[in-house]
Amino acid sequence: MVKNIIDVRNLSKSFDISSKKPGIKGTIKHFFKRQKQSLKVIKDISFEIKEGEIVGFLGANGAGKTTILKMLCGLIYPSEGSILVSGNLPYRRKENFLKNITLIMGQKQQLIWDLPPIESFYLNASIYDIDKFEAKKRIKKLSVMLEIDDELFIPVRKLSLGQRMKSELLAALIHEPNILFLDEPTLGLDINAQRNLRKFLQKYNVETNATICLTSHYMKDITSLCKRVICVHNGSISYDGELDLLLKKLSPVKEILIVCRSNQDAIKLEKLGFSVKDKTRNEITIKVENNYIISTLKTILNNFDIEDLYINEPPIDEIIGKILIKKDYDV
Amino acid sequence: MMSNLINSKILTLLKVQYSNMLEYRVEIALWAISGIIPFFMLNIWTNNNLNESISISEIMLSRYFLCAFFVRQFSVVWVVFSFEEDSLMGKVSPYLIQPLNPFFRYFAQHLAEQITRFPFAVIIAFFFFIFNPESIWIPNLGILFLSIISIFLSFLIQFLIQSIVACLCFWTEKASAVERLLFIPTLFLSGLLAPVVSFPQYVKSWVYLTPFPYLIDFPANLLSGNATNIRGGFIMQILWILLLFPLFKKIWSAGTKKYTAMGS
Repeated sequence: MVKNIIDVRNLSKSFDISSKKPGIKGTIKHFFKRQKQSLKVIKDISFEIKEGEIVGFLGANGAGKTTILKMLCGLIYPSEGSILVSGNLPYRRKENFLKNITLIMGQKQQLIWDLPPIESFYLNASIYDIDKFEAKKRIKKLSVMLEIDDELFIPVRKLSLGQRMKSELLAALIHEPNILFLDEPTLGLDINAQRNLRKFLQKYNVETNATICLTSHYMKDITSLCKRVICVHNGSISYDGELDLLLKKLSPVKEILIVCRSNQDAIKLEKLGFSVKDKTRNEITIKVENNYIISTLKTILNNFDIEDLYINEPPIDEIIGKILIKKDYDV
Repeated sequence: MMSNLINSKILTLLKVQYSNMLEYRVEIALWAISGIIPFFMLNIWTNNNLNESISISEIMLSRYFLCAFFVRQFSVVWVVFSFEEDSLMGKVSPYLIQPLNPFFRYFAQHLAEQITRFPFAVIIAFFFFIFNPESIWIPNLGILFLSIISIFLSFLIQFLIQSIVACLCFWTEKASAVERLLFIPTLFLSGLLAPVVSFPQYVKSWVYLTPFPYLIDFPANLLSGNATNIRGGFIMQILWILLLFPLFKKIWSAGTKKYTAMGS
């Protein structure tokens, strides 16, 4: 049986926030007396993650995804509840725990700006007590996997965003962590760089059985990497389960684009009582519930002169967009 | 074993930071030049014959200010500003989850900068001797060794004081404001503007209990060959370090619990 590597129970986090009213009056009042309030950004959440799992955290901006990751990696203290990550309390930041994890935040860099990335890699290797010979081997292996072996000796400031991000990833993985916390790792990257990064993460997961917790606003990151998603809404978990199940639940219909040979057929189809999404001349797009797809297709093919036909899933972004604004999913 | 590991990390940090500092050689030359306050002060003292009031010869006074310049060059600390910026920009976060206290990075950064600064400081001293040939002297090896240690201890005291102030970043966004407040006594009581011996007796009676005279005055007097209580000076430097280090550890531990990882 695969063991749980992350165990979160009734976790909450509150921040003290000071607010200020606009204008001179508000400014003067704020100067003499700060109005502070405690804001609960994570509310009593519980979940478990198994070793080797890739879990995507989904939610709107400010939902609490990054705060959860920060607590899981020990960067910030929880206000209430308990977290165990590979048997450790993360916020104690014990050496053996820190050597097992990594956190990558898109656009936040740890590489030394004016030096080539190789210098930062050796520095990180030394921080994680990896000897020079072993470090060299790992840098070689990871740079080939990430396709940045030509950029190792170029100052970081001269690298493109994609090359920098890959270098950041190499720096963060040189100690071969078992648990990866990735906060928007593909932020700002072009489509090819995003795809390469995803391929790399998949390969890393397969080769090392590493557990990956990921947040991203690029749905392709989530759909291609994560079987399981945890949806966060206003600091609470609104869904925790398989992504496929959630998509089926949220999207019980498929779209059928029918290209008729004549405009008349298209008009007749429109009047048949289907839910029509779009119609232009001889092309009509209808929405059909998953259970009725076959019977609907039979009816259309038997009664109309059809030139072409396409069955599409609704755009994934559209479905996930629903997740961000809904509070609960009972799948 | 543990100390070997830390030494190896510090050594690598030092090497990397030195490479980084060499990228800024022009800036470092300018910083070295900007530290010439003691030479201005020397000018003021000698032109007004102020040295007569404290029975120090003009030559010894010029050596004192040259040494004060050197001590300042190798003990100047700016960790609070670096940490504050890194903290606000969220750069501290990746360092916090590495198995090495982030302050080691800043420590290595300072040491690397001092090594880079050295040749520039020597060039400035060379020009000083050209204009003041009567001030040329060669300290004996024992004094030189003790002076280097006292300068390093001075650097440690300042690094610890600023690191404690830097930790206030966990509570306030502008910890450097506290450092600016601390800069006033550092400037006036450390011996940068005047040797502490020239202070009125009632000031001297308490100023030697503070860490400030051991930042510039004590190492500069030691190196220049002026009269100073060597044993007392070292004891006070070590006592201050022993007092400040646990304080730093305590405030660091409390601060990281308050850390909100803003900016990241």
